[in-house]
Amino acid sequence: MPSSRRLLAGLALATSLISPPLLADARPLAVVAPWEVTGSDPSTSGYIFGRMGIAETLVEVDAEGRPAPGLASDWAVDEEGLSWRFVLRDGVLFHDGTPLTAEAVAASLRYAQAKPGMLSSAPIAAIEADGDAVVITLEAPFAPLPALLTHSTTQILAPAAYAEDGRVEAMIATGPYRLTELSPPQRLTAERFADYWGAAPAIEAVSYLAVGRGETRALMAESGDADIVFTLDPASRGRLARQERLALHAEPLPRTIVIKVNAGHPFLADETARRALSQAIDRRGIAAGLLRDPEAAAPELFPASLGPWHLGLDGEAGGDPAAAQGLLDDLGWQANGQGVRERDGEPFRLTLTTFADRPELPLVATALQDQWRELGIDLEVAVGNASGIPSGHRDGSLELGLAARNYGLVPDPLGTLSDDFGGDAQAPGGDWGAMNWSDAEVTAWLDTLRHDADPATRAELAGRVAERLNQAMPVIPVAWYQQTAAVNAELEGFSIDPLERSYRLEELTWTP
Amino acid sequence: MDAVTSRRFPALSGGLGGVLLPRLFQAGLVAWLVGTLTFVLTRTLPGDMAYRIAAGRYGHDMVNSAAAEAVRVELALDQPALLAYLNWLGDLLRLDLGNSLVSGEPVLHELSHQLGHSLGLAMVAVLLSLLLGPPLGLAAGLRPGGVLDRASEGLASLLRALPPFALGLLLILLFSVSLGWLPAAGHGRVAHFVLPALTLALALAAVSSRVARNAMVEVSGSAYYAFSRTKGLGERLSFLRHGLRNAAVPIVAYLGVQFVYLIEGVVVVETLFAWPGIGHSLVHAIVARDVPMIQGTALVMGLMFVALNTGVDLLCHGLDPRRRQS
Repeated sequence: MPSSRRLLAGLALATSLISPPLLADARPLAVVAPWEVTGSDPSTSGYIFGRMGIAETLVEVDAEGRPAPGLASDWAVDEEGLSWRFVLRDGVLFHDGTPLTAEAVAASLRYAQAKPGMLSSAPIAAIEADGDAVVITLEAPFAPLPALLTHSTTQILAPAAYAEDGRVEAMIATGPYRLTELSPPQRLTAERFADYWGAAPAIEAVSYLAVGRGETRALMAESGDADIVFTLDPASRGRLARQERLALHAEPLPRTIVIKVNAGHPFLADETARRALSQAIDRRGIAAGLLRDPEAAAPELFPASLGPWHLGLDGEAGGDPAAAQGLLDDLGWQANGQGVRERDGEPFRLTLTTFADRPELPLVATALQDQWRELGIDLEVAVGNASGIPSGHRDGSLELGLAARNYGLVPDPLGTLSDDFGGDAQAPGGDWGAMNWSDAEVTAWLDTLRHDADPATRAELAGRVAERLNQAMPVIPVAWYQQTAAVNAELEGFSIDPLERSYRLEELTWTP
Repeated sequence: MDAVTSRRFPALSGGLGGVLLPRLFQAGLVAWLVGTLTFVLTRTLPGDMAYRIAAGRYGHDMVNSAAAEAVRVELALDQPALLAYLNWLGDLLRLDLGNSLVSGEPVLHELSHQLGHSLGLAMVAVLLSLLLGPPLGLAAGLRPGGVLDRASEGLASLLRALPPFALGLLLILLFSVSLGWLPAAGHGRVAHFVLPALTLALALAAVSSRVARNAMVEVSGSAYYAFSRTKGLGERLSFLRHGLRNAAVPIVAYLGVQFVYLIEGVVVVETLFAWPGIGHSLVHAIVARDVPMIQGTALVMGLMFVALNTGVDLLCHGLDPRRRQS
């Protein structure tokens, strides 16, 4: 008797698991993306909590890519540029019901500073609570500090979220959604947070599932298992576009496929040679044929989402094979009759190092090999490990490297650019940026940008840096990554954040 | 041991040691070999481990020499390989599998979480395959050369020839995209079990149905089976009393071989269906060069294989009185 009762209870449980009760106004939203959730800590998985609207930062980003009030309603810097005061928003509650205090924010930022992440790149001397504000004292002026505080590694968590040693034990934050279940490495669910300080989102319950395989993600969009699916493989995109119940979205990201050039190499030291290489690239062809999106062609380093850094060059302007031939003729490179150019008896032979972690990179590398063969350059493609490029940079053996570089980790690419193109003649360039190349003016402009907080000056200098980089080509831009998404057509208000900080779930509604 | 058991399994207590002792020795050998092999293989993989681990932890966009250097110092990746190996061996003897290099959690904790998911999936798959395969095979074996026999042979060849990845995609296309009956991927609900388990079960059943069919053909052609019919037993009673147990021995013995397929299939199927199991984590651990996780996972998979085969041995031991007497 007891066993049959247990069996019945089990059956009832099983049926309830198969078909959970579904209320029309509580229709849950399922997000599927390739990135796995490592744990609760913002230093490793913060970007997912940020995108899902669970955790927030002191500073947000507005539609033009400028820093905007977040958990801090206002901020100001003193005359010397050494002391920043971030005034906290009133009436903010953490998901455990405790209020957002200056002490909690300061503690949270100090924990973040101790871990790998964005804050370690700023010259911070101290982070302290002061009344209703948090004061960050610097050792040297650092104008892009607000931009740094938009990064997911600086998310503000409740005191109860941390263990004594600073490890994050629970994700207790302030966002419009409150985490209800976290099962690393794949799933999390969240529900609307009733005491959120801003406008309440329309959709009550959301879930996130990490699905590594592109085919599976596409099929989940097609079958209706997922309402929003990010990162579609090019092969599935055509099929999904024909589905009436799906809408496809795409947006260029500030992650650029670039060719890192060893400007100390005798063939590449002259910027004319680097420009010739750039002009011989059929960017449209690579974008349309390999990346399946002609809009991905990158005639310059920074896409429009980076505001003043974007020059607005024409997509076609990058390629001019005839001009490239002329430039190499002028430099004394003569055709040797076997299709390879020679100068002083030396053939124009180079090695392009790349890696397969991003599957499109080897493909782009072989396209470059083909396009440069027309120019009379014998290019060898070496596909290895991602670490091959930084180590080739350090021991000087790298000739050309093909990699992807994200300039939009925070809305101001200054930190990344200082790493990549700053530095003096003694230590020029960086792992993923210039090699044996430095420009005193660019270094000076980047230095000014580090301490000058005036928006007009910053915009002008940003334009100058971008223009100089585009002219001297210490790295050659090839294509911009596109974020793609397949979205249930019954969802309204969907858009892709080009900085990938947020999925903007709070703007979504179900059409009745 | 009560009277009934000792009468039915007279030599169990004596013969058990003969089954278990070699298996125990085998388990120790497997643990050492698997651990050493994964250690040597991960050390010889090309590329800088520190970069790999840093990318696994903080994402590709955040990796530079400084981050890699911090990882190298923290994890003492510079220590000589032999020293690292001896340290690992010592830890293994103390049953300490270390911490994951990526998440920082103890490997044992992560594995116990993932193993539950994998075992659940594997068990459902085996049960499903036992429901599908052997009954079909036994029925086919009773009428060798009949329509059912030939149809099931064709189907079994087709299913076994399809790699699990392709089979899984076809099942998703049919049951999720076209019919909309089942979720395509994910976990958390009972319905999520069906497609990944079915993917594994169909290939398992394909083989076990043929093994069962051949065993049944052999049994039904034997003199003792003919005698059971001659002495007046009906078809059903002959099958139940003289056919089933005799045909079961090769089917159960073959299960052991099938576990190889299961362990290999779990890696592919879990990745395809986003199932948070041990196979899925192995793939990610290899990409991120998470050596303790790779070693722990491979170790558990190896030991699981030994344990399952021990189970099969014990079952055969119980089913086949000849083994107990020899």
